[in-house]
Amino acid sequence: MELRGHRIPMAFSLLVWFAIWEVVGQLGLVSLLPPFSEVIAAFPEVVSSETFAEAAWITLEAFLIGMALSFAIGIGVGILMGTSRAVGSVMGMWVNIFESSPLTAVVPALMALLGFGLETMIVTVFLFSVWVIALDTQVGVERVNPSLVEMGRSFGATKRILYSQIVFRAALPELLAGIRLGLIRGMKGVIIGQLLIAVLGVGYLFELYSRNFLMPEFWALLIIVFAFAFLASETVAYFERKVALYASSR
Amino acid sequence: MTGRASITSDPGVGAPSGDGREPAVRIVELTKEFSGGVRALGGLTFDVPRGELTSIIGPSGCGKTTTLKIVGGLIDATSGSVEVDGVPVTGPGPDRAFVFQDFALMPWATVLRNVAFGLELRGVDRKEREETARAYVDKVGLAGFEDSYPHQLSGGMRQRVGLARALAVDADILLMDEPFASVDEQIRRQFQEDLLRLLSEESKTVIFVTHSIEEAVYVSDQVVILTRGPSSVSKVVRPGIDRGAGSDDIRRDPAYLDWVEQIWHELRDYLER
Amino acid sequence: MAASAGIRVGRTASRRAAARLSSPWLLRGASILFVLGLWEWAGRIPVNVAFPSCTETLAALGEMLVDGTLAEAYAETAGPLIVGVLLTAVGGVFAGVVMGLSPRAEWLGLPVFIVLQASPSAAIIPLITFVYGIGFTAKVFAVVLLSAPVIVLNSYRGIANTPRSLVEMSNAFLASRWQRIWKVVIPAGSGLIFAGLRLGLAQGFTGAVLAELIITPTGVGDLITFYRSSAEYAQMFAVILSIILVASISVTLLQNLERRLFRPELRAL
Repeated sequence: MELRGHRIPMAFSLLVWFAIWEVVGQLGLVSLLPPFSEVIAAFPEVVSSETFAEAAWITLEAFLIGMALSFAIGIGVGILMGTSRAVGSVMGMWVNIFESSPLTAVVPALMALLGFGLETMIVTVFLFSVWVIALDTQVGVERVNPSLVEMGRSFGATKRILYSQIVFRAALPELLAGIRLGLIRGMKGVIIGQLLIAVLGVGYLFELYSRNFLMPEFWALLIIVFAFAFLASETVAYFERKVALYASSR
Repeated sequence: MTGRASITSDPGVGAPSGDGREPAVRIVELTKEFSGGVRALGGLTFDVPRGELTSIIGPSGCGKTTTLKIVGGLIDATSGSVEVDGVPVTGPGPDRAFVFQDFALMPWATVLRNVAFGLELRGVDRKEREETARAYVDKVGLAGFEDSYPHQLSGGMRQRVGLARALAVDADILLMDEPFASVDEQIRRQFQEDLLRLLSEESKTVIFVTHSIEEAVYVSDQVVILTRGPSSVSKVVRPGIDRGAGSDDIRRDPAYLDWVEQIWHELRDYLER
Repeated sequence: MAASAGIRVGRTASRRAAARLSSPWLLRGASILFVLGLWEWAGRIPVNVAFPSCTETLAALGEMLVDGTLAEAYAETAGPLIVGVLLTAVGGVFAGVVMGLSPRAEWLGLPVFIVLQASPSAAIIPLITFVYGIGFTAKVFAVVLLSAPVIVLNSYRGIANTPRSLVEMSNAFLASRWQRIWKVVIPAGSGLIFAGLRLGLAQGFTGAVLAELIITPTGVGDLITFYRSSAEYAQMFAVILSIILVASISVTLLQNLERRLFRPELRAL
């Protein structure tokens, strides 16, 4: 958008929205929305509280372990699916079914099986994110130019080098896309898991704040979580863009 | 067997055209600079004689397509003048029709609808425009494919749809951007001949951008050779190939081969710099 | 000569048999049986007290189908789901199209939806009850909240990524702005718009279930919570299985429709 001939980057529109938020809050139009300034003021309180540190830590733990599992299994299965048509078609059916299912429904079962703790959250993160990682890895591997592989073979590359150097790198753009989407879904998973478990982590904090109508604190926490998710996904997107430069000439 | 041939040593201004009428398109000192400082055109000057086929040839990236799009009104010039029938070009118009290198067909529309698209945009009513479209579909040799979709056609057939679309709007000037570049070599020669046959029936002025020297010499009345970007006109030549002879004979005619050789030398200087 | 011919014939026959055996549907069917078998075995051991075997779950499923529990629950869940998805479909596509056509709308709207899409917006759901109570509207809001970003963003991308050569072609043939939008931009983007709707439906299911698990116990969400608290695990798993099946089937149906409607586009030029 241009103002007096100067291009204003899109991120600045968020500032406009924050300004609107401030006005709406000051006018008291929506009881849920305190003025933005109050939300900002609540940041230090929220972040420095002990409950936050605990909640953030357990959330991060579940998220990171769950994502690590997703990467390992998702990428591995994805490569298998991409290289073997039989595996691809069989596993593809399962992966597609779960990729578009409301896995939220499974969480209560996990709670019954694994209790109300870290394990449930880890499995939730894993279940939310692994499918899209496997699918995108499969697509990436399938799209690897066969002549690249032939070239590698003709120069005597071992299978290990073939996969790690050539296939992996050639499939990187789709892989990164899958990882980014997986990260986003994993975050959704950890939050949803915590909302349902309701006694742990950031989800518990959300519940606590909203129950006691501590709105500035609630929104401050929300912004923190949103910012984290957005930063994580944009970091991967950055690498995606760098890799995309060579993607078009594959 | 050798027809009249002439080389003009100055860049084309005032070169005698076939019938001495006012040139259809007059380009004077045309420059184009893209944002980011890329100077595509560094001052082109040449005329396009009416009723003839003028091709523009030059090294890759020298601005041939840019020139064509400026004449078509799709891009603005940075400076200089482009006049069609004495009127400066300000945008696309009903007097010029474009044939795109990548066909630019709407994948969701049938061949008939694609061909009729120019007329549809003009508000011609359905019955009339479909009739006209059918006639041109037939003219380009696609009779029977009216209800097919682009994805069912080969590259050559798709380009014929693009050509039919451009012919259907009955513009005086046809702008063709490397129309046969995406087409198989064998079909390409057939297309060149079909094009010449069509043009002999329709009487249009054609500006034809191409990479291929042989193509340029074969189809054109006039060849404008551009230098490397930022380009200017290097030479304007009139091969004057007598097309009365059979096409195979022409392609072996010494005059034809000489012309190809000369233009190739002309371009090679630029490629090597 | 005859002997080798016999071997050759034999090999071809077995190769054909192998090809038939490895047909995708046969393999998939086999994998389903395998997974069900594994499930049955795991349930019998049992892997976990709360893990019912396959037969137990399927029996419970059959029971609930027959006595109408499932039908009742789905009827309740369907309401907010359908209303919510329809709302987002109309409003979201409209918003996405406007954002694709107007740089100002794009500037204002895109960052918001990108953030919403990347973030766990489900966190807002508990807050909904303060404004909309625990009724129908609250559940619709949850569905809208989760499905809107993907629908809006896909519609936006469909419009904003119109192939430039088609836009140029329409300019060359003197299309007016509206003609370009209706005849070229929107048809060109309809594939992505439809894909967005499909994804939005999948997200809508999540929203509906989440709302019923968190906000207000009704429909299938309530069934799950109820059976968990009464430790009737076979029934709980049966309901979850039914949700997964219903969601997958509806999304797959949409996907097939998408493929049939937009088949030429799949091989677009």
